[in-house]
Amino acid sequence: MIDREILLEKMKTSPYKPMRGKIIETRMLTDKEKFFRIELEGKINLHHEPGQFVMVSIFGFTEAPISVCSSPTDKGYFDLTVRNVGIFTDKLHKLGKGDVVGIRGPFGKGFPIDNMFGYDILIVAGGLGIVPLRSLIRYIMYNKNDFGHVQIIIGCKTPQELLFKEETTEWMKRSEIKMNCTVDRADPDWRGNVGLITTLIPGVDINPARTYAVVVGPPIMYRFVIVELLKKNIPDHQIIVSLERRMRCGLGKCGHCQVEGVYVCQSGPVFDYSQLKNFKGECHESRTF
Amino acid sequence: MKYAVIKKEDLNIWLEYLKKKARLYAPKQKENQFIFRPVKDVNEITLKYIPTILPPKKYYYPQKEKLFRFKVKPFKTSKAIKAFEEYILFAVHTCDIAGIQCMDVVFRDSPEDPNYLNRKEKMTIIGIECLEYCDKYANCTSMGNHVPRGGYDLMMIDLGEKFILHINSERGEKLIHGLAYIKEADEKDMFNLERVREAKKKIFKEEFTGPLTKVYEAFDRHFTSAVWQDVGRRCVACSNCTNVCPTCYCFDVIDEMKLSLNQGMRYRIWNSCQMDDFAKVAGGEDFRKGRDGRQRHRYYRKFKYSVDKYNRYFCTGCGRCTRTCMAEISLIETVNSLLAEEGESR
Repeated sequence: MIDREILLEKMKTSPYKPMRGKIIETRMLTDKEKFFRIELEGKINLHHEPGQFVMVSIFGFTEAPISVCSSPTDKGYFDLTVRNVGIFTDKLHKLGKGDVVGIRGPFGKGFPIDNMFGYDILIVAGGLGIVPLRSLIRYIMYNKNDFGHVQIIIGCKTPQELLFKEETTEWMKRSEIKMNCTVDRADPDWRGNVGLITTLIPGVDINPARTYAVVVGPPIMYRFVIVELLKKNIPDHQIIVSLERRMRCGLGKCGHCQVEGVYVCQSGPVFDYSQLKNFKGECHESRTF
Repeated sequence: MKYAVIKKEDLNIWLEYLKKKARLYAPKQKENQFIFRPVKDVNEITLKYIPTILPPKKYYYPQKEKLFRFKVKPFKTSKAIKAFEEYILFAVHTCDIAGIQCMDVVFRDSPEDPNYLNRKEKMTIIGIECLEYCDKYANCTSMGNHVPRGGYDLMMIDLGEKFILHINSERGEKLIHGLAYIKEADEKDMFNLERVREAKKKIFKEEFTGPLTKVYEAFDRHFTSAVWQDVGRRCVACSNCTNVCPTCYCFDVIDEMKLSLNQGMRYRIWNSCQMDDFAKVAGGEDFRKGRDGRQRHRYYRKFKYSVDKYNRYFCTGCGRCTRTCMAEISLIETVNSLLAEEGESR
């Protein structure tokens, strides 16, 4: 129990009230995903960790949890990338430069950056997984000398679905980073790999004890990728994942994001595999098959 | 003064007095069931009742709680509730008081919930101790909630011609202070209280076939038990059980617009983990598909997860979930089945 005076003070302000976030730039990345650059009132920084999320409000359409895809080293604004999949995201897609949304957060636990200092990094991004990982990748790029060898593997269904094309092309050119892209189904212009993302993992050259693998993608991908990473002898606690769950509050109360006893919005969304494997059956990402 | 007494014939005078002090909520009969209602006429109050359809939760955690007012253009938010009002919950059973204690733990846990805390701040609880079972559905003895365990301001215990009042807070003391018809309890009253409590021990017996520590172990070990499939098969996912539970607090958030479509209010409304879209994400993945998994989740939130997190069982033993279940899923039976499995596996 906290001090009563502090409690009374906390009772005066509502954590449900969003801040004002002005959209200062938008761009369609594909025909389904839209990029938003958002500036908070007074250009204050969001002060997030890579991997954290915000609750985005559109009055009349409630809220949704959205991953931040810019790095905390990008100052004065932050970025979101949103796929149009429902009523809320459809409304969000209709908003443009100058429009205002509500922002609460950042919430949850991000990638364990400090623990990752000095380690080699293997990033595995499937589909929309690149969105939260862009935050981490940009952070690592900015502080490259804190980290060892960096490898990035990106996978998506078709070349058209590849996000942040300009940036990924730029990352490809950088000598200190090794990048690999794969698509499930290629088109005539595609010059990268074809096949599931798991096919690229056996070939990566890593020193498992010195490597953090950060994996973000759909639940089905985790199941297969984690198995491949374990085959490479990466220790459980150095396999980092981010879980997607339904969330209505971000405060560890509403219950939607709960996986067994854990509220993903507060204890996650980032977990390591040593935590994941202790779930008994409600964590699809770690379900053995 | 720790204990006071009031004669039964003076009770209505006291209730009239309480009604003037703050908004008074008390149990009242509705057809063959009971409900908590704001008291208009003190004669309507009933002190002998089985747990109300909804627990008093509806007053400190309303079904539809205003979070804030908003304006779309220009973007603006403002307070939805100017001031919270003082209220007295009268004749609350010890199981429901245990429920309030559970909710306290949740909403005081960081990040704190100001809506709940503000309502709790204005609450005075006057409890009443049950001297006999309400019905066969209650499991309050196993949960240890058949006797008062704090969490109230005043507790009334029926001693025949009078009620003895346990004064448990300054707030409670103020409600009886200076009233000629409420006197300090004497030795005889205290002796009678002892006697009533002794008699109670013969009536209230543990409903589970094992102690709570064993119940916890059974939950820990039998996550994949066939018991859950059986419960899931019978469940119709109506979410009655979570709505009537004094410790269920999951919610959804909705916006309601005024006709101008520029102003509106954000609310949180009760939601239930038993609904099929509860854990479904935008992409379509459902992380708790199946009624068996959802029922298991409800049970684990009462007997396992809350114990791990808060060292507290979130089942109060009120029996409401069993009483209201259309498929006749019984909490006592479910827990005992798990205990039986635990016995077999040993």
